[in-house]
Amino acid sequence: MEECIRLEYDVDGNNFSSAGNASESVKRTLKQLGVDAASVRRVAIAMYEGEINMVIHAHGGKAIAEIYPERIDIYLKDSGPGIADIDLAMKAGYSTATENIRSLGFGAGMGLPNMKKYSDDMQIDSTVGVGTTVFLRICF
Amino acid sequence: MTIRDVVQLLDAEILCGADRLDTEIHTACGSDMMSDVLAYVKDQSVLLTGLLNPQVVRTAEMMDMLCIVFVRGKRPEQPVIDLAEEKGIVLLSTEKRLFVACGILYTNGLGG
Repeated sequence: MEECIRLEYDVDGNNFSSAGNASESVKRTLKQLGVDAASVRRVAIAMYEGEINMVIHAHGGKAIAEIYPERIDIYLKDSGPGIADIDLAMKAGYSTATENIRSLGFGAGMGLPNMKKYSDDMQIDSTVGVGTTVFLRICF
Repeated sequence: MTIRDVVQLLDAEILCGADRLDTEIHTACGSDMMSDVLAYVKDQSVLLTGLLNPQVVRTAEMMDMLCIVFVRGKRPEQPVIDLAEEKGIVLLSTEKRLFVACGILYTNGLGG
């Protein structure tokens, strides 16, 4: 098995202010490892969008990052409401966010499309009423 | 231009990062929607916004931005200022509205 650096974070679904802590930590780690700046930014944005989603839609969850020499694999796992129609959720501009979330500057329906745009592979595994796991792979 | 030029052009108050005003900047964007900033912005170094929550600083940090300008005379709470200080992001506050502030910077050579 390939060796990797594994980082695991609890994403607090009740604290909007702390959303982004996990992504910030991964970003810092990648920088320290000497990963190129463009790749670091792609990881930071994709993971941050996912982390925000976990907080605003799914009451938080777990974020796991596995860093390999040439790539990073990210797993964002929540026990939230699940996504009923993934194709629809992937459409730019489609959002189920409330007015309250929009007033915080999010919920434009760009989160999932943006995560796809910045990653090399993205898989969504979701069951309504059980939760969602988003897998992101970004190659450096 | 430098962040110091932004301060002068917008008659802005410096909330944190006064030691980094000589940093060169070339581009900026203006938005109250952080989702759009994350989706559409590329290599912009200044964010002008009327939004005040900590995720404005987080968004700027993820995008490697150097400076945030709060428009319409808005000022964030101290924890937001502390977060920006920790991340090395300069925070400014101007009385000007978003459209006007963007226009002034654009006509003075800052790109989009």
